[in-house]
Amino acid sequence: MKLRRSMMFIPGSNAGMLSNSYIYKPDSVMFDLEDAVSLTEKDTARHLVFNTLQTNLYDGIETVVRINGVDTPFWEDDLDMAVRGGVQIVRLPKTESVDDVKEIEQRIEKIEKDCGRKAGDTKIMAAIESACGVVNSVAIARSTPRMVAIALAGFDYLVDMQTSRSAGSEPELFYARAAVLHAARAAKIDAFDVAYGDVNDDAGFLREVEIAKNLGYNGKSLIHPRQIDLLHKAYAPAQKDIDHARQVLQAAKEAQEKGLGVVSLNGKMIDPPVIHEAQRVILLAENA
Amino acid sequence: MKVIQKGMAGTLESSDVLVVVSPNDADDIKLSLQSKVEKQYGNAIRKAISETLAKCGVTGAKVDVRDQGALDCVIRARVEAAVYRAADEKNVKFGGQS
Repeated sequence: MKLRRSMMFIPGSNAGMLSNSYIYKPDSVMFDLEDAVSLTEKDTARHLVFNTLQTNLYDGIETVVRINGVDTPFWEDDLDMAVRGGVQIVRLPKTESVDDVKEIEQRIEKIEKDCGRKAGDTKIMAAIESACGVVNSVAIARSTPRMVAIALAGFDYLVDMQTSRSAGSEPELFYARAAVLHAARAAKIDAFDVAYGDVNDDAGFLREVEIAKNLGYNGKSLIHPRQIDLLHKAYAPAQKDIDHARQVLQAAKEAQEKGLGVVSLNGKMIDPPVIHEAQRVILLAENA
Repeated sequence: MKVIQKGMAGTLESSDVLVVVSPNDADDIKLSLQSKVEKQYGNAIRKAISETLAKCGVTGAKVDVRDQGALDCVIRARVEAAVYRAADEKNVKFGGQS
Protein backbone atom coordinates (compact mmCIF):
# COMPACT_ATOMS: atom_id res chain seq x y z
CA MET A 1 0.00 0.00 0.00
CA LYS A 2 1.48 3.35 -1.11
CA LEU A 3 0.54 6.69 0.39
CA ARG A 4 0.03 9.41 -2.19
CA ARG A 5 -1.12 12.38 -0.14
CA SER A 6 1.38 14.98 -1.27
CA MET A 7 2.92 15.42 -4.71
CA MET A 8 5.21 18.42 -4.61
CA PHE A 9 6.16 20.25 -7.81
CA ILE A 10 9.85 21.11 -8.23
CA PRO A 11 10.99 23.12 -11.26
CA GLY A 12 13.43 20.91 -13.16
CA SER A 13 15.64 23.89 -13.91
CA ASN A 14 16.11 24.98 -10.30
CA ALA A 15 19.33 23.46 -8.95
CA GLY A 16 18.76 24.66 -5.40
CA MET A 17 15.27 23.20 -5.11
CA LEU A 18 16.35 19.91 -6.71
CA SER A 19 19.20 19.72 -4.18
CA ASN A 20 17.16 20.45 -1.07
CA SER A 21 13.48 19.54 -1.45
CA TYR A 22 13.83 15.98 -0.17
CA ILE A 23 14.11 17.34 3.38
CA TYR A 24 10.38 18.16 3.39
CA LYS A 25 9.52 14.48 2.90
CA PRO A 26 6.55 14.65 0.54
CA ASP A 27 5.09 11.29 -0.50
CA SER A 28 5.96 12.09 -4.13
CA VAL A 29 8.10 14.70 -5.88
CA MET A 30 7.31 15.86 -9.36
CA PHE A 31 10.31 17.19 -11.28
CA ASP A 32 8.72 19.56 -13.75
CA LEU A 33 10.03 19.96 -17.29
CA GLU A 34 6.87 21.66 -18.55
CA ASP A 35 5.41 24.97 -17.39
CA ALA A 36 8.07 25.73 -14.76
CA VAL A 37 10.92 25.55 -17.27
CA SER A 38 11.53 28.27 -19.87
CA LEU A 39 11.85 27.30 -23.52
CA THR A 40 15.57 28.12 -23.47
CA GLU A 41 16.35 25.84 -20.50
CA LYS A 42 14.54 22.63 -21.48
CA ASP A 43 17.88 21.00 -22.32
CA THR A 44 19.70 21.99 -19.13
CA ALA A 45 16.69 20.97 -17.01
CA ARG A 46 16.87 17.45 -18.45
CA HIS A 47 20.53 17.19 -17.42
CA LEU A 48 19.71 18.43 -13.91
CA VAL A 49 16.82 16.05 -13.41
CA PHE A 50 18.71 13.08 -14.87
CA ASN A 51 21.69 13.62 -12.56
CA THR A 52 19.41 14.18 -9.57
CA LEU A 53 17.72 10.86 -10.30
CA GLN A 54 21.15 9.15 -10.15
CA THR A 55 21.60 10.17 -6.49
CA ASN A 56 20.00 8.73 -3.36
CA LEU A 57 18.63 12.13 -2.27
CA TYR A 58 15.04 11.09 -2.90
CA ASP A 59 15.23 7.54 -1.59
CA GLY A 60 11.92 6.67 0.04
CA ILE A 61 10.10 9.39 -1.92
CA GLU A 62 8.25 8.49 -5.11
CA THR A 63 9.78 10.24 -8.12
CA VAL A 64 7.69 11.69 -10.94
CA VAL A 65 8.78 13.63 -14.03
CA ARG A 66 6.25 15.86 -15.76
CA ILE A 67 7.16 15.85 -19.44
CA ASN A 68 6.06 18.42 -21.98
CA GLY A 69 2.86 17.68 -23.87
CA VAL A 70 2.73 15.50 -26.96
CA ASP A 71 1.89 18.62 -29.00
CA THR A 72 5.38 20.08 -28.29
CA PRO A 73 8.81 19.29 -29.78
CA PHE A 74 10.15 18.43 -26.31
CA TRP A 75 8.25 15.41 -25.05
CA GLU A 76 10.31 12.68 -26.72
CA ASP A 77 13.60 13.98 -25.30
CA ASP A 78 11.92 14.44 -21.91
CA LEU A 79 10.65 10.89 -21.95
CA ASP A 80 13.99 9.48 -23.07
CA MET A 81 15.75 11.20 -20.15
CA ALA A 82 13.11 10.23 -17.59
CA VAL A 83 12.93 6.53 -18.47
CA ARG A 84 16.71 6.14 -18.82
CA GLY A 85 17.13 8.11 -15.60
CA GLY A 86 15.04 5.58 -13.71
CA VAL A 87 12.10 7.75 -12.72
CA GLN A 88 9.22 5.81 -11.20
CA ILE A 89 6.36 7.70 -12.85
CA VAL A 90 5.98 9.85 -15.96
CA ARG A 91 3.29 12.49 -15.67
CA LEU A 92 1.60 13.32 -18.97
CA PRO A 93 0.10 16.83 -19.03
CA LYS A 94 -3.11 17.82 -20.79
CA THR A 95 -4.24 14.25 -21.36
CA GLU A 96 -7.39 14.29 -23.47
CA SER A 97 -7.72 10.79 -24.87
CA VAL A 98 -6.53 7.20 -24.74
CA ASP A 99 -4.51 7.94 -27.89
CA ASP A 100 -2.37 10.40 -25.92
CA VAL A 101 -1.56 7.69 -23.37
CA LYS A 102 -0.91 5.03 -26.00
CA GLU A 103 1.57 7.28 -27.81
CA ILE A 104 3.52 7.75 -24.57
CA GLU A 105 3.23 4.09 -23.62
CA GLN A 106 4.63 2.84 -26.93
CA ARG A 107 7.56 5.22 -26.66
CA ILE A 108 8.25 4.15 -23.05
CA GLU A 109 8.22 0.48 -24.10
CA LYS A 110 10.86 1.18 -26.73
CA ILE A 111 13.12 3.15 -24.38
CA GLU A 112 12.85 0.52 -21.63
CA LYS A 113 13.89 -2.14 -24.15
CA ASP A 114 16.77 0.00 -25.48
CA CYS A 115 18.23 0.80 -22.07
CA GLY A 116 17.65 -2.57 -20.46
CA ARG A 117 15.03 -1.44 -17.99
CA LYS A 118 12.44 -4.03 -17.01
CA ALA A 119 9.37 -3.87 -19.26
CA GLY A 120 6.49 -2.14 -17.51
CA ASP A 121 8.69 -0.69 -14.78
CA THR A 122 7.95 2.93 -15.72
CA LYS A 123 4.50 3.94 -14.55
CA ILE A 124 2.25 6.69 -15.94
CA MET A 125 0.14 9.39 -14.34
CA ALA A 126 -2.30 11.30 -16.54
CA ALA A 127 -3.10 14.92 -15.77
CA ILE A 128 -6.63 15.90 -16.71
CA GLU A 129 -6.74 19.58 -17.66
CA SER A 130 -9.71 20.07 -19.99
CA ALA A 131 -13.39 19.31 -20.44
CA CYS A 132 -12.44 16.69 -23.04
CA GLY A 133 -10.04 15.06 -20.58
CA VAL A 134 -12.69 14.96 -17.84
CA VAL A 135 -15.27 13.42 -20.18
CA ASN A 136 -12.73 10.77 -21.28
CA SER A 137 -11.25 10.21 -17.83
CA VAL A 138 -12.66 6.71 -17.31
CA ALA A 139 -11.10 5.44 -20.54
CA ILE A 140 -7.84 7.27 -19.77
CA ALA A 141 -7.66 5.78 -16.27
CA ARG A 142 -8.22 2.28 -17.66
CA SER A 143 -5.99 2.69 -20.72
CA THR A 144 -2.90 0.82 -19.49
CA PRO A 145 -1.65 -1.24 -16.53
CA ARG A 146 1.10 1.37 -16.22
CA MET A 147 -1.44 3.97 -15.11
CA VAL A 148 -1.13 4.33 -11.32
CA ALA A 149 -2.89 7.67 -10.78
CA ILE A 150 -4.71 10.51 -12.44
CA ALA A 151 -4.49 14.13 -11.39
CA LEU A 152 -6.97 16.93 -11.94
CA ALA A 153 -5.25 20.20 -12.91
CA GLY A 154 -7.51 23.12 -12.15
CA PHE A 155 -6.06 26.15 -13.90
CA ASP A 156 -6.22 24.98 -17.51
CA TYR A 157 -9.47 23.14 -16.87
CA LEU A 158 -11.21 26.27 -15.62
CA VAL A 159 -9.92 28.29 -18.58
CA ASP A 160 -11.32 25.60 -20.87
CA MET A 161 -14.64 25.78 -19.00
CA GLN A 162 -14.71 29.58 -19.40
CA THR A 163 -14.86 30.19 -15.67
CA SER A 164 -12.47 30.95 -12.81
CA ARG A 165 -11.69 29.89 -9.26
CA SER A 166 -14.14 31.00 -6.56
CA ALA A 167 -13.83 30.91 -2.79
CA GLY A 168 -15.90 28.58 -0.62
CA SER A 169 -17.29 25.33 -1.93
CA GLU A 170 -15.83 25.81 -5.43
CA PRO A 171 -18.85 24.69 -7.50
CA GLU A 172 -16.87 25.29 -10.70
CA LEU A 173 -14.70 22.25 -9.88
CA PHE A 174 -17.42 20.00 -8.49
CA TYR A 175 -18.19 17.97 -11.62
CA ALA A 176 -14.55 17.53 -12.62
CA ARG A 177 -13.51 16.51 -9.11
CA ALA A 178 -16.29 13.93 -8.90
CA ALA A 179 -15.78 12.61 -12.44
CA VAL A 180 -11.98 12.25 -12.20
CA LEU A 181 -12.22 10.59 -8.79
CA HIS A 182 -14.84 8.12 -10.05
CA ALA A 183 -12.64 7.31 -13.03
CA ALA A 184 -9.73 6.61 -10.70
CA ARG A 185 -11.77 4.41 -8.40
CA ALA A 186 -13.33 2.50 -11.31
CA ALA A 187 -9.80 1.78 -12.55
CA LYS A 188 -8.51 1.00 -9.02
CA ILE A 189 -5.87 3.71 -9.20
CA ASP A 190 -5.10 6.82 -7.12
CA ALA A 191 -6.32 10.38 -7.64
CA PHE A 192 -4.70 13.74 -6.94
CA ASP A 193 -6.72 16.90 -6.44
CA VAL A 194 -5.75 20.29 -7.92
CA ALA A 195 -2.89 22.44 -6.64
CA TYR A 196 -3.77 25.45 -4.49
CA GLY A 197 -1.98 28.52 -5.79
CA ASP A 198 -2.03 30.97 -2.85
CA VAL A 199 0.76 29.62 -0.65
CA ASN A 200 0.12 32.26 2.04
CA ASP A 201 -3.55 31.32 2.47
CA ASP A 202 -3.46 28.35 4.86
CA ALA A 203 -7.17 28.60 5.64
CA GLY A 204 -8.13 28.49 1.97
CA PHE A 205 -5.73 25.62 1.36
CA LEU A 206 -7.12 23.60 4.27
CA ARG A 207 -10.68 24.29 3.14
CA GLU A 208 -9.81 22.80 -0.23
CA VAL A 209 -8.00 19.86 1.39
CA GLU A 210 -11.15 19.08 3.35
CA ILE A 211 -13.22 19.01 0.15
CA ALA A 212 -10.75 16.69 -1.58
CA LYS A 213 -10.34 14.43 1.45
CA ASN A 214 -14.08 14.09 2.04
CA LEU A 215 -14.67 13.27 -1.61
CA GLY A 216 -12.09 10.49 -1.33
CA TYR A 217 -9.00 11.88 -3.08
CA ASN A 218 -5.70 10.28 -2.08
CA GLY A 219 -4.05 13.69 -1.93
CA LYS A 220 -3.20 16.90 -3.72
CA SER A 221 -0.63 18.34 -6.05
CA LEU A 222 1.39 20.93 -4.10
CA ILE A 223 3.43 23.92 -5.23
CA HIS A 224 5.13 24.87 -1.95
CA PRO A 225 6.80 22.77 0.79
CA ARG A 226 4.91 24.56 3.58
CA GLN A 227 1.73 22.90 2.30
CA ILE A 228 3.10 19.39 2.94
CA ASP A 229 2.84 19.38 6.71
CA LEU A 230 -0.59 21.03 6.63
CA LEU A 231 -1.82 18.40 4.21
CA HIS A 232 -0.38 15.43 6.08
CA LYS A 233 -1.92 16.63 9.35
CA ALA A 234 -5.28 17.13 7.67
CA TYR A 235 -5.15 13.57 6.35
CA ALA A 236 -4.16 12.15 9.76
CA PRO A 237 -6.91 9.89 11.13
CA ALA A 238 -8.72 10.67 14.40
CA GLN A 239 -7.62 8.79 17.52
CA LYS A 240 -10.90 6.83 17.69
CA ASP A 241 -10.35 5.65 14.11
CA ILE A 242 -6.78 4.62 14.94
CA ASP A 243 -7.99 2.71 18.01
CA HIS A 244 -10.66 0.93 15.98
CA ALA A 245 -8.19 0.10 13.22
CA ARG A 246 -5.79 -1.44 15.75
CA GLN A 247 -8.63 -3.58 17.16
CA VAL A 248 -9.55 -4.74 13.66
CA LEU A 249 -5.97 -5.66 12.81
CA GLN A 250 -5.50 -7.42 16.15
CA ALA A 251 -8.67 -9.44 15.56
CA ALA A 252 -7.49 -10.33 12.06
CA LYS A 253 -4.10 -11.40 13.40
CA GLU A 254 -5.65 -13.59 16.10
CA ALA A 255 -8.02 -15.20 13.59
CA GLN A 256 -5.11 -15.98 11.30
CA GLU A 257 -3.10 -17.51 14.17
CA LYS A 258 -6.07 -19.71 15.11
CA GLY A 259 -6.59 -20.72 11.49
CA LEU A 260 -10.05 -19.20 11.41
CA GLY A 261 -11.48 -18.30 8.02
CA VAL A 262 -13.76 -15.64 9.44
CA VAL A 263 -12.57 -12.60 11.39
CA SER A 264 -14.88 -11.11 14.00
CA LEU A 265 -14.65 -8.19 16.43
CA ASN A 266 -17.10 -7.78 19.32
CA GLY A 267 -19.36 -10.38 17.71
CA LYS A 268 -19.44 -8.69 14.31
CA MET A 269 -17.90 -10.21 11.19
CA ILE A 270 -15.10 -8.21 9.58
CA ASP A 271 -14.88 -8.20 5.79
CA PRO A 272 -11.55 -8.00 3.93
CA PRO A 273 -12.26 -4.39 2.79
CA VAL A 274 -12.58 -3.38 6.47
CA ILE A 275 -9.17 -4.93 7.19
CA HIS A 276 -7.72 -3.13 4.19
CA GLU A 277 -9.17 0.17 5.40
CA ALA A 278 -7.73 -0.46 8.88
CA GLN A 279 -4.30 -0.98 7.35
CA ARG A 280 -4.68 2.32 5.46
CA VAL A 281 -5.68 4.16 8.65
CA ILE A 282 -2.63 2.86 10.51
CA LEU A 283 -0.36 3.78 7.59
CA LEU A 284 -1.79 7.32 7.59
CA ALA A 285 -1.35 7.57 11.35
CA GLU A 286 2.25 6.36 11.19
CA ASN A 287 3.08 8.91 8.51
CA ALA A 288 1.07 11.86 9.83
CA MET B 1 32.41 15.57 -28.54
CA LYS B 2 34.33 18.42 -30.10
CA VAL B 3 33.92 21.85 -28.57
CA ILE B 4 33.28 24.26 -31.46
CA GLN B 5 31.75 27.27 -29.70
CA LYS B 6 31.19 28.77 -26.29
CA GLY B 7 28.58 26.84 -24.30
CA MET B 8 27.19 27.98 -20.97
CA ALA B 9 24.92 26.33 -18.39
CA GLY B 10 23.91 27.12 -14.83
CA THR B 11 23.44 30.22 -12.72
CA LEU B 12 25.14 32.11 -9.92
CA GLU B 13 22.31 31.29 -7.51
CA SER B 14 23.07 29.49 -4.26
CA SER B 15 23.47 25.70 -4.65
CA ASP B 16 24.10 26.12 -8.38
CA VAL B 17 27.21 26.45 -10.52
CA LEU B 18 27.88 28.43 -13.69
CA VAL B 19 29.91 26.51 -16.26
CA VAL B 20 31.34 28.00 -19.47
CA VAL B 21 33.01 25.64 -21.94
CA SER B 22 34.99 27.19 -24.82
CA PRO B 23 37.21 25.93 -27.65
CA ASN B 24 40.87 25.40 -26.86
CA ASP B 25 43.56 25.40 -29.54
CA ALA B 26 45.54 22.81 -27.59
CA ASP B 27 44.32 19.26 -26.94
CA ASP B 28 44.07 19.65 -23.21
CA ILE B 29 41.68 20.91 -20.53
CA LYS B 30 42.33 24.38 -19.12
CA LEU B 31 40.20 24.52 -15.98
CA SER B 32 39.54 27.68 -14.02
CA LEU B 33 37.61 27.11 -10.79
CA GLN B 34 36.16 29.61 -8.35
CA SER B 35 34.26 28.17 -5.44
CA LYS B 36 33.25 29.45 -2.03
CA VAL B 37 33.90 25.93 -0.71
CA GLU B 38 37.14 25.28 -2.60
CA LYS B 39 39.17 24.65 0.53
CA GLN B 40 36.84 21.89 1.69
CA TYR B 41 35.63 20.45 -1.63
CA GLY B 42 37.97 21.72 -4.33
CA ASN B 43 39.38 18.29 -5.12
CA ALA B 44 35.95 16.69 -5.27
CA ILE B 45 34.66 19.45 -7.56
CA ARG B 46 37.62 19.10 -9.91
CA LYS B 47 37.13 15.33 -9.96
CA ALA B 48 33.44 15.69 -10.88
CA ILE B 49 34.32 18.12 -13.67
CA SER B 50 37.12 16.02 -15.14
CA GLU B 51 35.10 12.78 -14.95
CA THR B 52 32.16 14.43 -16.71
CA LEU B 53 34.36 15.88 -19.45
CA ALA B 54 35.95 12.45 -19.98
CA LYS B 55 32.51 10.79 -20.12
CA CYS B 56 31.51 13.30 -22.80
CA GLY B 57 34.70 12.58 -24.73
CA VAL B 58 36.03 16.12 -24.39
CA THR B 59 39.83 16.29 -24.52
CA GLY B 60 40.37 19.91 -25.58
CA ALA B 61 38.48 22.77 -23.96
CA LYS B 62 38.69 25.80 -21.73
CA VAL B 63 36.38 25.30 -18.77
CA ASP B 64 35.45 28.19 -16.51
CA VAL B 65 33.54 27.15 -13.40
CA ARG B 66 32.01 29.43 -10.75
CA ASP B 67 30.56 27.30 -7.99
CA GLN B 68 28.01 28.51 -5.46
CA GLY B 69 28.00 25.40 -3.30
CA ALA B 70 26.45 23.02 -5.82
CA LEU B 71 26.03 19.32 -5.09
CA ASP B 72 28.05 16.80 -7.09
CA CYS B 73 25.01 15.91 -9.23
CA VAL B 74 24.41 19.58 -10.09
CA ILE B 75 28.07 20.10 -11.09
CA ARG B 76 27.94 17.06 -13.37
CA ALA B 77 24.61 18.19 -14.88
CA ARG B 78 25.84 21.71 -15.59
CA VAL B 79 29.14 20.53 -17.13
CA GLU B 80 27.26 18.05 -19.33
CA ALA B 81 24.78 20.68 -20.48
CA ALA B 82 27.51 23.23 -21.21
CA VAL B 83 29.49 20.65 -23.22
CA TYR B 84 26.47 19.65 -25.32
CA ARG B 85 25.82 23.33 -26.03
CA ALA B 86 29.49 23.97 -26.81
CA ALA B 87 29.51 21.03 -29.21
CA ASP B 88 26.15 22.10 -30.68
CA GLU B 89 25.05 18.50 -30.14
CA LYS B 90 21.29 18.00 -29.80
CA ASN B 91 21.28 14.19 -29.56
CA VAL B 92 21.89 13.72 -25.84
CA LYS B 93 22.99 10.27 -24.69
CA PHE B 94 21.56 10.01 -21.20
CA GLY B 95 23.11 7.16 -19.29
CA GLY B 96 25.58 6.53 -22.10
CA GLN B 97 22.91 4.93 -24.31
CA SER B 98 22.34 5.80 -27.96
